[in-house]
Amino acid sequence: MSAPAAPQTPGRFGPFGGRYVSETLIPSLDQLTAAWAAASADPTFSEELDRLLSDYVGRPTPLGFAARLSAEVREESGRDVRIYLKREDLCHTGAHKINNCIGQLLLARRMGKTRIIAETGAGQHGVATASACALFGLPCEIYMGAVDVERQGLNVFRMKLLGAQVHAVKDGTATLKDAMNEALRDWVTNVADTHYVIGSVAGPHPYPLLVRELQAVIGREARAQIQEVEGRLPDACVACVGGGSNAMGLFHAFVPDPAVRLFGVEAAGDGIETARHAATLSKGRVGVLHGARSYVLCDDDGQISEAHSISAGLDYPGVGPEHSFLKETGRATYLAVTDEGAIAGFQRLARTEGILCALESAHAIAALPQVAATLPDGAVLIANVSGRGDKDMGTLAARLGVTL
Amino acid sequence: MSPAPRLAARFARARAEKRAALILYLTADDPDGETSLRLMRAAVDAGADVIEIGVPWSDPSADGKAIQAAMHRALARGGGLRRSLLLCRQLRDACPDVGLILFGYANPIVVMGPDVFALKARDAGADGVLCVDYPPDEDGALLTALAREGLDYVPLLAPTSTGPRIDAAIAAAGSFIYYVSLTGITGTALANLDAPRAQVAAIRARSEGRLSVAVGFGIRTPGAARAVASFADAVVVGSAAVEIVEKAAAAGRDPVPEMAAFVGGLRQAVGRSG
Repeated sequence: MSAPAAPQTPGRFGPFGGRYVSETLIPSLDQLTAAWAAASADPTFSEELDRLLSDYVGRPTPLGFAARLSAEVREESGRDVRIYLKREDLCHTGAHKINNCIGQLLLARRMGKTRIIAETGAGQHGVATASACALFGLPCEIYMGAVDVERQGLNVFRMKLLGAQVHAVKDGTATLKDAMNEALRDWVTNVADTHYVIGSVAGPHPYPLLVRELQAVIGREARAQIQEVEGRLPDACVACVGGGSNAMGLFHAFVPDPAVRLFGVEAAGDGIETARHAATLSKGRVGVLHGARSYVLCDDDGQISEAHSISAGLDYPGVGPEHSFLKETGRATYLAVTDEGAIAGFQRLARTEGILCALESAHAIAALPQVAATLPDGAVLIANVSGRGDKDMGTLAARLGVTL
Repeated sequence: MSPAPRLAARFARARAEKRAALILYLTADDPDGETSLRLMRAAVDAGADVIEIGVPWSDPSADGKAIQAAMHRALARGGGLRRSLLLCRQLRDACPDVGLILFGYANPIVVMGPDVFALKARDAGADGVLCVDYPPDEDGALLTALAREGLDYVPLLAPTSTGPRIDAAIAAAGSFIYYVSLTGITGTALANLDAPRAQVAAIRARSEGRLSVAVGFGIRTPGAARAVASFADAVVVGSAAVEIVEKAAAAGRDPVPEMAAFVGGLRQAVGRSG
């Protein structure tokens, strides 16, 4: 890894991260950084956040032993592993995204911002932001790629019911990255009164740090829960990675424990040997997208490539800078699972545990045998079920040739 | 940083002629390579002091509809950083005295590597580089590489910029600073001149007169150019020029005569009459 010149700004994970944005936005990023520093040191902020996470989101989410899934993984991998599922799908609005939104809305209110914008891919972050805005009584505008609006119609309808205005973005590839571009254009225009709720551990500093801290509740809970039931730390944690917020949320509490192996699972789409995938860490190169230096999918001229995944939430040609750092330092291992593999993972979890998970989360489930094969017998795994699958029924039915 | 000689000369000449310098932005390879070169040459002949060669990028998040569309037209014709460097070289060969700025986004530069990019930019005859999403204090790589090749780094400042940001930009700048006249994206109309007038004066004073200040974003007509020229060292016009290309291309007309007339009008407007 060739090291760039020493960065003079904070917000770096090794050489990754930073604030590669228009000058206009820098003061707002400064303001957000300061607001977060003040809030995270303020007991009234954490009390209010904890109360909302408990009363509104429904935390803590369970960590449950998955007996029949473990048996199938044992069958396939030849390793006698015990798999626990962290049930973020049981959060209000159906995914981990709400953890971050509640925290950012509290921050927005502290900063006196009166208007909220967000980007969304699958629509889960949009729904979570729209819900939080309704709860806080703030107007909400969501940017969503026109392609995603088409394939996630149910979530678009949800956002509208929650009072949000949804903008279909037709530029570029009309997916998540273009929605983020358009949200950045809105923010740069309305920066005085608007807070931009970025939904992943991506974007310029302080977002990768801020979103990780707000999602770290996943790993804090899981760590306490596994020690309660197993009396020890897990051998491995597994989570899907698009931008990477549910994975960072799970990983963060375990990063200081080298004995806990961390596995991120990217979307391999049609296969990482094809042009149609979203495996940024596996196949990308170091570049700058949406304000951070990190791995990106692009061509030799630096033009961003179109990502592809059956799961709209993983369909992103970038990745959070901390994941790039965890990859470069070898602290985490990144795998990739194809669309077909994810469907099989979805079906396996449905059949063995009675859980219809999101197609995003299904990538993590599908990777379990591969992960288990690298571990000793008796190993304990935590897999993050980052969201529920209701939103994906149309996509799945179409792929499985079923007419609803 | 010391200024690139050609840019300094262009600003000095404009000052000697008691007018603001005229900077014209056009996206490279829009609508195609051959027309793009003719457009830029015509702009120089019509009186542009500096050409900003817009480097097409797939995700121009600081640009409005007009320049987004221009970039997508150019990309569809195989445009990008490499082709922009080629165009820069051709334009330099045709116009030895004009100031040339490569204007783009960070990713193509980071992927090429700032050192390689700076070397190629110098070989292409560029005088400076403006990178929208690469602030001067972010990492030293681009600034160091440009300085090594004797190229100007052109920092942006905005209405939201605070004192320390202004000082960082001044420290990084070679010949001039690009002041973004409004909080927004390219192509938005500039409504109020009082704030930019005050900010330009403040930046100039903070640099102790060392730097010129160009004002861009929202300057769409000769009238607006004349108003901005009354307080800025240089006036930048981009989206309005790009829209001429767009309209002509859509109608199947050659955009060059309209561009020449448009730039000629702007050049007249930036001459200070009082």
